[in-house]
Amino acid sequence: MRRGLQFVFGGTMAELTATGDSRQGIEAAYMAQMRHKRILNLIGILIFAALLIGGFQAADNRNAGGFWDGLPNVLDFPGDVLSEAWERSQLLPGYFIKYLPSLLETINIAAAATLIGALIAFCMALLATRGLAPAPWLIAPVRRTLDILRAVPEIVIALVLIFLLGGGPVPAMIAIALHTIGALGKLFSEVNENASLQPVEGLQSTGASWMQRMLLGVVPQVAPNYLSYALLRFEINIRASAILGFVGAGGIGYDLRNTMSWGQGKFDEAAAIFLLLFATIVIVDQLSGVARNRLTHGKAFADKGAVI
Amino acid sequence: MTTAVLKSDTTALFRRKRLGTLAWPVLIAAYIVYVFFAFDVPGLADRISVKNMQTLVADSYSYKTHVTRDNRSAEVSIAIEGERKGAYAPGTSPDWVALGEETVIDLGEGHIVTFGPDTVSYNIPDYGLITAQPGSSGVNATLPTGQTPDWISASKNRMAITTDAGRLTITRNRSEVFKYSGGWELFFFTLDSPYHGMSFGQLVGTGEYAAIWQDFWRNKMWRHYDVAWALFETLLMAFLGTFGAALIALPLGFVAARNFSPLGSLRFAARRLFDLLRGVDGLIWTIVLSRAFGPGPLTGALAILLTDTGTFGKIFSEALENVDGKQIEGITSTGAKPLQRYRFGVIPQITPILLSQVLYYLESNTRSATIIGAITGGGIGLLLTQAIATQKDWEEVSYYIILIILMVMAMDTLSGWLRRRLIKGT
Repeated sequence: MRRGLQFVFGGTMAELTATGDSRQGIEAAYMAQMRHKRILNLIGILIFAALLIGGFQAADNRNAGGFWDGLPNVLDFPGDVLSEAWERSQLLPGYFIKYLPSLLETINIAAAATLIGALIAFCMALLATRGLAPAPWLIAPVRRTLDILRAVPEIVIALVLIFLLGGGPVPAMIAIALHTIGALGKLFSEVNENASLQPVEGLQSTGASWMQRMLLGVVPQVAPNYLSYALLRFEINIRASAILGFVGAGGIGYDLRNTMSWGQGKFDEAAAIFLLLFATIVIVDQLSGVARNRLTHGKAFADKGAVI
Repeated sequence: MTTAVLKSDTTALFRRKRLGTLAWPVLIAAYIVYVFFAFDVPGLADRISVKNMQTLVADSYSYKTHVTRDNRSAEVSIAIEGERKGAYAPGTSPDWVALGEETVIDLGEGHIVTFGPDTVSYNIPDYGLITAQPGSSGVNATLPTGQTPDWISASKNRMAITTDAGRLTITRNRSEVFKYSGGWELFFFTLDSPYHGMSFGQLVGTGEYAAIWQDFWRNKMWRHYDVAWALFETLLMAFLGTFGAALIALPLGFVAARNFSPLGSLRFAARRLFDLLRGVDGLIWTIVLSRAFGPGPLTGALAILLTDTGTFGKIFSEALENVDGKQIEGITSTGAKPLQRYRFGVIPQITPILLSQVLYYLESNTRSATIIGAITGGGIGLLLTQAIATQKDWEEVSYYIILIILMVMAMDTLSGWLRRRLIKGT
């Protein structure tokens, strides 16, 4: 918009000196420009709306059940699950305890994957940042590696690894860790790029090695942001870990699929797992939100009752 | 305070700090050790399937052709990967197989297998000639004298010979040769297409572009048509989910923003709705929705839509709360009505933030759509899980993985380009 205006004024300035005509010329040119812009915007919006509606039609056609047929039944399944859970609510605490080990496994998969992924991402980010990398020719290949790691969905690696290593938490952990390296590596190297190089230069003048320069000059600057990003990743990874469990990698997702397959009349255990998963996600989100706020805005900000 | 006290205080402080910095690595190491045993990593060595690993690696860059002889009817059939869609028409064969009264199979490097009327023989250089007369009495194999090497397993009813050139198995009813070749077989045309085996120049020379395209597009082995649809479905899920969520979240974001929504209870309700949508994870939404709508791209799109409505609602309402009031005041001073105030005072301020978030999620949702497709059954995720479940078409698995990576990277590039273009206007 601003560019458009500049252009209009620029154009009419030239006209002004040429014709001597003043306000009307400016106004007419401006209105014409606006009309042109509005028409373009309208066309853009129409194309977008057409894509959205056409896309919805296409998706509806290729779906097993239609949207309008299924819509009235959306609440049936949650209704069944919740009512069965309500009927046998006295059993729920028992189920919570029964599935606690699986939940712990899901959380452990996410935590271990985040930890290992963040540690490797930390090293790779240092190698991928201009000004910090010990070998500049390494920057491009490391960045491409990170791009590819980020592009592969966890489920792809997990399914292949399940074939090779058998089911269980290890394939899921490796799959999530690999994706985490890609995602965090990019964010970390962006943080590194904003770090001041002066401490590094100061350390270099004292004869510090590359390792010492990084640990003493860079890490103290970037650590809060690193931790904040790693916590955010942990939230995401808990969800991913539950999903991978659902395709056979262990943890609460695996139990969820089993209990779901028992069918109607036995949904109370599935309901217990739904609730456990929901509660875990909400609690971890909240805790990590508080921690991230402290890390990025400082303790005082959080204490003042900032919105989280 | 004397310097001595100050010094000892400082030393103590430094010692404490040093201990503190040491505690973190120790804690992390302890946790990793715990996980190492909790996940039974030591037991992994027993569970690793080396055979599966070899199949996977070999299959992803090579294929095998089966030459099979029915020992009772003496019929010889040749099929790539032993599949019917890769079968050679009766009477035709690749150039390393000579059909006739005696079928001679040249495995290369001097390895020759001959299917005679009664006798199957395999001439192995540096070892000798192996013959067998399979029949109702067994395989009746004759091996060169000396100790049987470990790449031959022979019993009364079954013999298997595995060499670098290929593999021969003989049972009473069947003799079968596998020959391994590099590459992805029949990627462009299947054997029943007249264009199979033509070079690019020859193809251009025929001028039958429509028929060539048809044969390639409807290739039964690689199903390019279905794969293209699957990729499109996955992108469709991401597109519909992301933009649908953005459209729903925008008005809800106004409701949840403190400076636009006077009603406290309404604000509270909108925010709890966002929390619920985000907290009930995409996995659960997918399960719930697939019960109502069945498998397919629509289910995936709606699952993404629900989760992201929560995320976008939160982001949008926060962006709206940070809107600069001066611009709105300026617009108000010109006598603008409320709707005009929103249009010219608020929207231009938040558009860049919203667009950049939405486009960022478009890329990440392409990945989610692959995952959701694998769970609910739709798009490239479904093809991938199917190919993995058969546990033999690993070349297809590699193909799909490459396509997925390319698709996500393309979406990443596209969303980055759109972001730069729409927001900075360059």
